[in-house]
Amino acid sequence: MAIDLDILTVRIAPQDDPETSFFWASGEDGKLRFKHCQDCGYYSHPPTPRCPRCLSANMQPDPVSGKATVLTYTVNIQQWVPGQAPYIIAIVTMEEQDDLRLTTLLAGVDLEDPNIIGMKVEVRFLARDDVWYPTFVPEGSPA
Amino acid sequence: MSNPERLSFISGIGRSASGRRLGRTAMDLTLDAALEAIADAGLTRDDIDGVATYPGGDAIMSRGFGGPSAVAVQDALRLDINFLYGSGEGSAQLGSIIEASMAIAAGLAKHVLVFRTVTESTMQGIAGRNPAGGMTRAGGFLSQFGAVSATNWFAQVAQLHMHKYGTTKEQLGQIALTCRTNAGVNPRAVYRDPITMDDYLNARMISTPLCLLDCDVPVDGSTAMVVSHVDYAKDAPKPSGFINAVGTAQYGRPSWDQYADMTSMMAQGVAKQMWSRTDLKPADVDVAELYDGFSIITLAWIEALGFCAQGEGGSFIEGGQRIARTGELPINTHGGQLSEGRLHGYGHVYEAVAQLRGEAGERQIPNAEVIVAANGGGPIAGAMLLTKEFSS
Repeated sequence: MAIDLDILTVRIAPQDDPETSFFWASGEDGKLRFKHCQDCGYYSHPPTPRCPRCLSANMQPDPVSGKATVLTYTVNIQQWVPGQAPYIIAIVTMEEQDDLRLTTLLAGVDLEDPNIIGMKVEVRFLARDDVWYPTFVPEGSPA
Repeated sequence: MSNPERLSFISGIGRSASGRRLGRTAMDLTLDAALEAIADAGLTRDDIDGVATYPGGDAIMSRGFGGPSAVAVQDALRLDINFLYGSGEGSAQLGSIIEASMAIAAGLAKHVLVFRTVTESTMQGIAGRNPAGGMTRAGGFLSQFGAVSATNWFAQVAQLHMHKYGTTKEQLGQIALTCRTNAGVNPRAVYRDPITMDDYLNARMISTPLCLLDCDVPVDGSTAMVVSHVDYAKDAPKPSGFINAVGTAQYGRPSWDQYADMTSMMAQGVAKQMWSRTDLKPADVDVAELYDGFSIITLAWIEALGFCAQGEGGSFIEGGQRIARTGELPINTHGGQLSEGRLHGYGHVYEAVAQLRGEAGERQIPNAEVIVAANGGGPIAGAMLLTKEFSS
């Protein structure tokens, strides 16, 4: 059974920013991308025009595996909009690099699961209004 | 050891009425607090030659957050000043007080009026919280994923702290219970009725593991103080509240979700730097007024300031006796923001000065001579060590 990704009831559009627009459009082809230094190989998020490690300007968005580990999370219960169901917000660490992190949503995870921290997850995109929100599901979840 | 911050002290403190939905304007409240602080310092407005505030500039992070700008208050009081400052960037809320202290040390001013005003209770009542409002700007890549509230951001810190160190919900609850007990003897606190551990554990969940009683309460209110040159201490009616050391450091990524050690906060660097600027030690601290926008922030400050090792905050506050008014490290003697109300860090400094002067009434800690006031959480932080007596 496919996982319902549409758990994002609080709809706040990304800022209109040429530095970051690639990130929100990236999922159109099913791939998650981060700014990637072509000189030293460092990925960085949020995106900036120079590599924060070697200061090279030779940065471009490159696809990553989409695989990550949950660093920490919270189950949001408070209804910021009426009728909203509880949802899991998490910070995940991408497989490619120990400090490449993303705040995101987890779908297909039991809210009471005691083992969410450390869970292996993979990206699935929720498309809304020409934005592809990278959300995550447990690794190996059905497509 | 002599640092420039030792050239200044908090000569006057003042505050407006504070509470839920007062329905008064930010300027109205600010002028009440400012005039009280100036009079308390034994001064008149003609003596004031500087104005500083946080965040200033009519900032609108969320409705009612910003308060009036420093220039608006300058104009309302028709002040001629030599120094002006207002910024949301700096060492959290304390940054405004530290800037005032630095201006005095640099000879730019002698008596700086500093204030912080919030009308979040009234404004949110009129217009709702509007999570979309300022959170996008503050949150970067957070709000788009439904992490619209600071509760969500700090909940993740708390969750990881519990996972990594075995910190329990009951231990965290001691901060809420302690603040409420202290508020019981503070006539100005919004919530004064005692709460039990059962009340805490059964409180409405907001964002796991943080429940309603882990979150501070929005109020309307203004807190003001006058920061003066120590030369004035011999003439001041209440010469106390000397600034012994400040912490302003920002080590690591200033971010809600990219900070290297997500069980701690920017507090770590601030505390390390502050202790490097004084001969005093954590064991010398008589009272700690630690920011409590959320209970987990207070726990992180207890660890960062070295009252216990990192990760041991939970066991340090176990049972609550140690942090009670009768304990070895009384915290948030006014009830903190969890029970007095969210005066946004300035309530903690006001209380610190009141304690040093022996003016804290029923909640007075005997022989309070060294107090640490710490503000901020997540990627913003500032700390200050205040003493009863001047030390060069």
